[in-house]
Amino acid sequence: MSTIYLDYAATTPVDERVVAAMQPYFLNTFGNPSSLHRFGQQAEFALEESRRILAENLGASPLEIIFTSCGSESDNLALRGTAFARREKVGANHILISPIEHPAIQATADQLAAVYGFEVSYLPVDQFGFVDVKTLKNYLREDTALVSVMAANNEIGTLNPIHDIGEICKENDIPFHTDAVQYAAHLNIDVSKTQVDLISLGAHKFYGPKGVGALYVRTGTELIPVLTGGSQEYGLRAATENVPLIVGMAKAFQLVREEGQTRLDHLLPLRDKIINFVLSEIPASQLTGGQHQSRLPNHASFVFEGADGNLLVQVLDAAGFACSSGSACKTGDPKPSSVLTHLGFPPEWALGSLRVTLGKDTSEKEIDQFLAILPESVQRARKANK
Amino acid sequence: MTLSKGTRIVVGMSGGVDSSVAAALLQDQGYEVTGVMLRLWSDPGTLNRCCAPDALVEARRVAGQLEIPFYTMDAQDAFYQAVVQPFINGYAKGITPNPCLQCNRMIRWQFLLSRAQALGAEIIATGHYAKIQQSADGVYQLLMNPDPEKDQSYFLHILTQENLSRTVFPLADYSKKEVRQLARDYSLPVAERPDSQDLCFVGQGDYRNFLKQTDPSLFKPGPIRDTEGNIKGKHTGLAAYTIGQRKGLGISGVEPYYVVEKDIQENTLVIGYKNFPGRDVFFTEQNNWISGTTPETPFKAGVKIRYKSRVVPATITPLPDNQAKINLSSRLPDITPGQAAVFYQDQICLGGGIIRLEES
Repeated sequence: MSTIYLDYAATTPVDERVVAAMQPYFLNTFGNPSSLHRFGQQAEFALEESRRILAENLGASPLEIIFTSCGSESDNLALRGTAFARREKVGANHILISPIEHPAIQATADQLAAVYGFEVSYLPVDQFGFVDVKTLKNYLREDTALVSVMAANNEIGTLNPIHDIGEICKENDIPFHTDAVQYAAHLNIDVSKTQVDLISLGAHKFYGPKGVGALYVRTGTELIPVLTGGSQEYGLRAATENVPLIVGMAKAFQLVREEGQTRLDHLLPLRDKIINFVLSEIPASQLTGGQHQSRLPNHASFVFEGADGNLLVQVLDAAGFACSSGSACKTGDPKPSSVLTHLGFPPEWALGSLRVTLGKDTSEKEIDQFLAILPESVQRARKANK
Repeated sequence: MTLSKGTRIVVGMSGGVDSSVAAALLQDQGYEVTGVMLRLWSDPGTLNRCCAPDALVEARRVAGQLEIPFYTMDAQDAFYQAVVQPFINGYAKGITPNPCLQCNRMIRWQFLLSRAQALGAEIIATGHYAKIQQSADGVYQLLMNPDPEKDQSYFLHILTQENLSRTVFPLADYSKKEVRQLARDYSLPVAERPDSQDLCFVGQGDYRNFLKQTDPSLFKPGPIRDTEGNIKGKHTGLAAYTIGQRKGLGISGVEPYYVVEKDIQENTLVIGYKNFPGRDVFFTEQNNWISGTTPETPFKAGVKIRYKSRVVPATITPLPDNQAKINLSSRLPDITPGQAAVFYQDQICLGGGIIRLEES
């Protein structure tokens, strides 16, 4: 069974300092932030402090932060909320996304099309997964409700030019949403400089707890809530706030900002060591997604021709290393990833995918151990597949 | 075969009581157990009963409780090629194929062994009711399970020395009753799960619906005649019948009729009474001899012509090209081409082959 964890894009352990920050809010300061009494007031103070911390680190106002239960929920609220609000207000009927979005965007767009009659169209991406900024304008329509392009792709690590996309959307007065769940775990977004109207975040990708996320909503961007009920979160998300997890998220996000550069300096050489090794030592291998500065600093993803990617992950697990084939698949379904297929990889390549993602505490020794067994493991996953 | 403690063993798990107990027993004996569930092909729109979502959940629960790694592996294409396609082809040829034999040979052994090897395991285990032992000269032998109701050696006669050298059957000597008790003793959540059925891949209906949808040309109506040559009625297509079948003929006689032959050339179904004498000579092909050595001279052995039939004394005469001639000590009415004839000496399964009525 695995002892070395190399799947930080799936989730991360909670930072001890985050655990410590959350601790008081389970037993002592347990009040409901909506309550009038002291218990409620203390909880509300913690909630609003967390909102302030998150806002500060995004260059935003606390009024622009909505806490949710996860990145997927943030994506749902951004897409549905904006689509419905813009339909009501300006008769918008069109959603423009990239073809390599996270399922939380893709499946939500599919449902908005199938059940609510929205028209969904897709921006072209190149073989690395980059959205073509130059032609973006041609895809915008009078009735476009919003544009959604993920900041960093979870499977292939590609960083999209969200700054440029945001500018074009702004010129055309169309809301722009980005799923930054992977991106924000490593890189800074400043909404005072980047024209993004909605940003999805999830805490467990950056050493925060699972079960909490946030949506940045630029002032003036209208949303119709998805969860209705109480008036929490400015009336945009009914539900008693999960104070301990929200406190944990804020603490973890603050640590990303404080330690971001140190983490980058640690991760980049390790990432490049893996990429260089694989491309030079393993025959019939390719890097998927963006190169160098245009991919996540902790993210190395490959395809190996003729290998069974699921089996490779199982072989690596049996050898003591926890990786992923790109998108979680525990059922043994052999469908190639839709992202890789869309980038033009034929099935015999796309089925042999591997994603290795590093964490702030990953050591060079662990990477050396991993690289020592990787070629043989790929070999095994190829041989059994024959 | 003696395995040292800590040997890595891959257990083929189905979420049922047998494979779950097999995994628990091996873990108890100190082996490093890894569970693997194979995802098999099923008739589109239906679930393969060997790996349906609830079975997967059960297998995961067992693995979780035993704290063993558990992986699902896709074998849908391999299963279709090795099991389903020959099943359809067999009916087209007028025989009654036994898909479990091909599944064991190609999927539960060849496929699983290759995957186990990739995971660093040289040995696999399953929840089959049969026993492996090594004779003094090092040859692996396959033995019946003492519980005649559960013995599965019939389905395992296709195994080779290489297969047996890399296989353990933890349920070797246990009866089903004992296995259920073991499951309770280990507090396994699957102790009371019902036994699985054969023909896992055809969904809820029977195999006829599956064949009808897959290849309607298999169902060409034709005459039914009795053993005297009298036309008695019409059949709906030979693929809908199997030898020994009584129900669904729709023809009355002085006593019930049984299917005694499928004449594919004439597209004719032949029926007869229960006292139809049947035959005492038939042939087998694609023989497998578990010892790895084809016998050179005729020898006496017991023969089972179906999984649930009794062992009948016979003389087996090996023929070239992995064939044999079988002379039974008494006639049997339901010798069915496509099923296996499996040979036994006492408890030892010697091997077997696929039944055909005439010499090729």
